[in-house]
Amino acid sequence: MMQAAGTEVMQRITDVVDALKEKDGALLPILHGIQDEFGYVPDESVPVIADALNLSRADVHGVVTFYHDYRKHPAGRHVLKICRAEACQALGGQALAERAMALLGIGFHETTTDNAFTLEPTFCLGLCACAPAAMLDNQLIARFDETKLAEIVKEIRS
Amino acid sequence: MLADKDRIFTNIYGRFDQSIQGAMARGLWDGTDEIIAKGRDWIINEMKASGLRGRGGAGFPTGLKWSFMPKNTEGRPSYLVVNADESEPGTCKDREILRHDPHTLVEGCLIAGFAMGATAAYIYVRGEFIREREALQRAIDEAYEMGFIGKNNKNGYDFEIYVHHGAGAYICGEETALLESLEGKKGQPRLKPPFPANMGLYGCPTTVNNVESIAVAPTILRRGASWFSSIGRPNNVGTKLFMLVGHVNTPCTVEEAMGISFRELVEKHGGGIRGGWDNLLAVIPGGASCPVVKAEDIIDCPMDFDGLRERKSSFGTAAVIVMDKSTDIVKAIARLSYFFKHESCGQCTPCREGTGWMWRVMERLVRGEAQKREIDMLLDVTKQVEGHTICALGDAAAWPIQGLIRNFRPEIERRIDEFSYNAHRVEPVLVAAE
Repeated sequence: MMQAAGTEVMQRITDVVDALKEKDGALLPILHGIQDEFGYVPDESVPVIADALNLSRADVHGVVTFYHDYRKHPAGRHVLKICRAEACQALGGQALAERAMALLGIGFHETTTDNAFTLEPTFCLGLCACAPAAMLDNQLIARFDETKLAEIVKEIRS
Repeated sequence: MLADKDRIFTNIYGRFDQSIQGAMARGLWDGTDEIIAKGRDWIINEMKASGLRGRGGAGFPTGLKWSFMPKNTEGRPSYLVVNADESEPGTCKDREILRHDPHTLVEGCLIAGFAMGATAAYIYVRGEFIREREALQRAIDEAYEMGFIGKNNKNGYDFEIYVHHGAGAYICGEETALLESLEGKKGQPRLKPPFPANMGLYGCPTTVNNVESIAVAPTILRRGASWFSSIGRPNNVGTKLFMLVGHVNTPCTVEEAMGISFRELVEKHGGGIRGGWDNLLAVIPGGASCPVVKAEDIIDCPMDFDGLRERKSSFGTAAVIVMDKSTDIVKAIARLSYFFKHESCGQCTPCREGTGWMWRVMERLVRGEAQKREIDMLLDVTKQVEGHTICALGDAAAWPIQGLIRNFRPEIERRIDEFSYNAHRVEPVLVAAE
């Protein structure tokens, strides 16, 4: 649903765009800014960005969908990313991912019905030496295991 | 084994002070102005003489790369771009530098930037690295405050450093895709030529280097090219951050001399293979894109560019993924195929279609649900993807499968046999054609 110009969402989008549009290669910083502001990149922002940077809407849409970090829909309150790369798999990453899916009752790229968690796969957090690794919101967790997983779920659900 | 005094990264584990005072106490930022006073040509010649080869995987001589930058740029600015988009599964070296020893990189940027006549450095940090970006930004701010970089700085060369934040795409580690991404576009690699040294970032002369290549430069110039080239084997000199991950007892990132044997590396730093040496199945010696090597081939292999090329693999970033006999090797490679399918940028047809194709065949090979002639067909497809794409991602997707077929063909055939023995028990399943 498109919102008319002048609404609060539009104002917030315009603020972010105006603050960053003078930078070199401004598109990625603007998208990061919008995602920080809203938790995702709303469809309404695409024409605003395109207009500010003199790009076509298709250009902006292409960039938003190209990078995995940008979400088209709001995520849950907490985002749990589990590393799916080889070093983590070698130390039980697969079992752990399955456990997380069972515990939360969702698959990857899905959000729980109480909107508490979004589960996402990620490829290599660079913690291969302390595998398996995960990331809760912006916090890295090394040597992730079932105990830590259960603790996190319990903490946030309670 | 590398002596402590020969280590370049003295704070890789973050045990000491990471601030600029701590870094200076460890010898960084010492005599940077003297190095710069010796001039561009001296630095580039010294780097060439040191024999440093790029640490990002391809192993191209760093000094030579710097010398490609044009001296007369017709009024265009030149840029240094540092590739900190370390996304190769298994690789975890740049993050340690960024997080614990960022001043090696900041000082390296200044010196490298001076040597190639660049006015600014852009450091492209991967989206997932959050603490690393903060640590790096702190280090850069400190260097600005101390007047080591920026306008009218103490080192006598005006130079700016910017940190740019990626958005989670593996392909942005490819140098031209990284430039596209820096410009705010989709990270799709560019056709070369023109090479970045002529037409790079915003159409200006640009050199893209790996974090480690830049971070070792100040120490090499301070201690001299001959010191660096005295470590290791001819053509494979110097020290290198090795990453031991997977089934070793103590996985770690460690700086070692190039050409150390695999056995010594694992014994000294990895605490041995999980379950002993007899339990070793295979090793991927340089990060996910390198062909897998069988245990007996790698145990006494010197870990460097040439040593691993002789084993038909590649040194890559020296991310040594160790797999013991509990590993389902076919499945491991199928996972890698999935990774490359997932990360293919979709620009070149052989890679876009081929990676998905190879992954689907690999998934069937995992279960054994295939015919033996399909192994050769798969090999043939990998040969057709390899070398027919703009960037190296197509090659990177093809090599692990080639390595698997070369080294573990009997294992794949065994699965096919096993599946066909039991074929009468399998219910036919309808699968949608893709």
